[in-house]
Amino acid sequence: MADADVKTPVAEGGEAAPEAAEEAPKKPVDPDFEPEIIVFACHYCAYAAADLAGSMRLQYPSNIRMIKLPCTGKLEVIHLLKAIEAGADGVYAAGCLEGECHYLKGNLWARKRVNHVKDLLAEVGIEPERVEMYNMSSAMGAKFAEVATEFTERIKALGPNPVKRAGVDAHAAAREALGGAAMPDDPATSAATSEEGHAE
Amino acid sequence: MTATEYKAGTNLEKIFSEGKFAVTGECGPPKSADGGVIAGKADMLKGYVDAVNITDNQTAVVRIASLPSAVTVQQHGLEAIMQMTCRDRNRLAMQADLLGAHTLGVHNVLCLTGDHMSFGNHPEAKGVHDLDAINLIQMLKDMRDEKKFQCGDEMDVAPKFYIGCAENPFGDPFEFRSIRLKKKILAGADFMQTQCIFNVPKFKKWMEEVRAEGLHQEIKIMAGLTPLKGVGGARYMKNFVPGMDVPDDIVERMAGVEKGPASHAEGKKLAVEMIKELAEVEGVAGVHIMAVEWEEAVPEIVEAAGLMPRPTVA
Amino acid sequence: MITAERKPLDEILALVGDKKKVLVAGCDTCVAICLTGGEKEAEILASELRIKAEQDGREAEIEHTAAIRQCEWEYLDMIADKVKDADIVVSMACGIGIQSMAEKFSPQLVVPAVNTNMLGMPQEHAVWLERCGACGDCVIGETAGICPVVRCSKSLMNGPCGGSHDGLCEVKTPEKEDLDCAWHLIWERLKEQGREDLMIKNRPPKKWNLSSSGGPRKMVREEAKPV
Repeated sequence: MADADVKTPVAEGGEAAPEAAEEAPKKPVDPDFEPEIIVFACHYCAYAAADLAGSMRLQYPSNIRMIKLPCTGKLEVIHLLKAIEAGADGVYAAGCLEGECHYLKGNLWARKRVNHVKDLLAEVGIEPERVEMYNMSSAMGAKFAEVATEFTERIKALGPNPVKRAGVDAHAAAREALGGAAMPDDPATSAATSEEGHAE
Repeated sequence: MTATEYKAGTNLEKIFSEGKFAVTGECGPPKSADGGVIAGKADMLKGYVDAVNITDNQTAVVRIASLPSAVTVQQHGLEAIMQMTCRDRNRLAMQADLLGAHTLGVHNVLCLTGDHMSFGNHPEAKGVHDLDAINLIQMLKDMRDEKKFQCGDEMDVAPKFYIGCAENPFGDPFEFRSIRLKKKILAGADFMQTQCIFNVPKFKKWMEEVRAEGLHQEIKIMAGLTPLKGVGGARYMKNFVPGMDVPDDIVERMAGVEKGPASHAEGKKLAVEMIKELAEVEGVAGVHIMAVEWEEAVPEIVEAAGLMPRPTVA
Repeated sequence: MITAERKPLDEILALVGDKKKVLVAGCDTCVAICLTGGEKEAEILASELRIKAEQDGREAEIEHTAAIRQCEWEYLDMIADKVKDADIVVSMACGIGIQSMAEKFSPQLVVPAVNTNMLGMPQEHAVWLERCGACGDCVIGETAGICPVVRCSKSLMNGPCGGSHDGLCEVKTPEKEDLDCAWHLIWERLKEQGREDLMIKNRPPKKWNLSSSGGPRKMVREEAKPV
């Protein structure tokens, strides 16, 4: 796994891990908690992998909502931070395999920025595990589904983002922060960019 | 020679001027207000060395200051060489201390840059470094010979100093090291003590350059050495002390004996052999024994090296 | 250029205290180039402060802005309304910019979010090296263009000291990395230039009164002052 260094207790069947509940006693975890997860997906790999996962009829959680980028190198620190600030429970970037970036090093830059955001979140008391960087190719439909599932379980175990605010749409806020850097969704993949559309 | 011709008339200066081989020791003041420690070390070295260096916050660790420690040592009948570094004082404080040293009868002064604060126990301290060691030497000379303060003002009574400096033959760039000694001679140094010598061949090579420039005739050169207590100290100095050059054969020799009385004996034996070898090098006018926290080894070493009794001078 | 590093968040939070309307003000000149306090970084800090305030359940209005140069009053005019509207300004400019802001908008509360640390040369992208101490009496004409005041750990005028080894200083950086011995570099370059004699000459004590030791300095260019 790309994030082999991050060891997070993962709950099963949508239940929160007891450790997470102990760590945040003020915010008891709702067993029905469905996290809102923003995925910044590279158009050349992860976004296409999502398509493939769909056509392979692979199941992955409906919690993820994608924003298409021409390259994860487009992603800046503030974009990830704004998504968290707007209440996203988890955010990850999915870029090409290392060494396979269409723009040579965009995915490597993205990893550095994600790591920096982890530090910033730790500073303000938010679990750094809420942001992550993954790598995959367009042919890895199964990997896309696996990452989506694993990350969603990680966030379920962590519980809701403590700065969640009612009435704020994190996906829309993240998109707005990106401005022109985000690409329009493909009709074929729009399923994964909306709240519903594929089975869990 | 009459006393009036001496620059400061210290025991050390007289021994050199009579062409005798000088022996100096080193005494580090304690990291507490216990002045008795200095007196104890003075008693241990008295009669075995011609003068003793009193370190000035050595390795940037706070200790009793060098001037009062030097006075204590002299009260116990042993001549002091007050070390003065540029790290902790500016030119005002240094000149004030130097005037004080003269009035208290401390006339040997060794001018040093000083170890950096980052090595010591107050790494957050502001380093002064108003002057460097060469500026300091020049300042002493100007005070002594020109009766001048650094600003150019004249003083009524000039202090008398026998001016010392240090040099590291093992520092880099090697080719510059003898030039740096020359700079210190030009600034006014009368005697020089080297950094601890372990690499005797390299020291000899350096002395060749010194002799080629005729520097040994312009300054009294004292070869510095540190007796080793065991292989641990040898390894520590080799790997962790800046500017040290400890060859492998020395480390191996110390590693070959058991730690304790055997290694202590071997360390002293090595020191004696080195003193005898260094004393033979043309241009070496004395030896400076830095037995850090092992002052009690000095009498035995000096005796075994055939340097007793120490000369008395008028 | 002037470089600065952001202060730890806890220190910034302590300076801000319970102030409600907070303006994080970046400066788009030196501190932007060293990626510490430009508009981008101001936006990031503002976002962090909002996340923290939200978590602490504290009501706050935290915004960001940036001046083209906080050290010049005419640029401060452009953000004056925002500054005056805030309970506190958290400036990400260098020490000069922060003080210009504090002086121009006095008694507005202005606090620093960065530690100004050096006059640095960009060695490579995102790496800066201290190159000048603004000592007021430049000597590098005689030291092969290498500053002994800030590049020698002991500011020697007659180096190198005995701690120079294999071209390295005995002192390490705070990050425990090796430092070049400035005087070794000076010696090598002077040799290349055929000017070794400059090393043999004894340089007198430095006139530190021309540096900040002489008190705060003032520079006036009479010929350029407005008539």
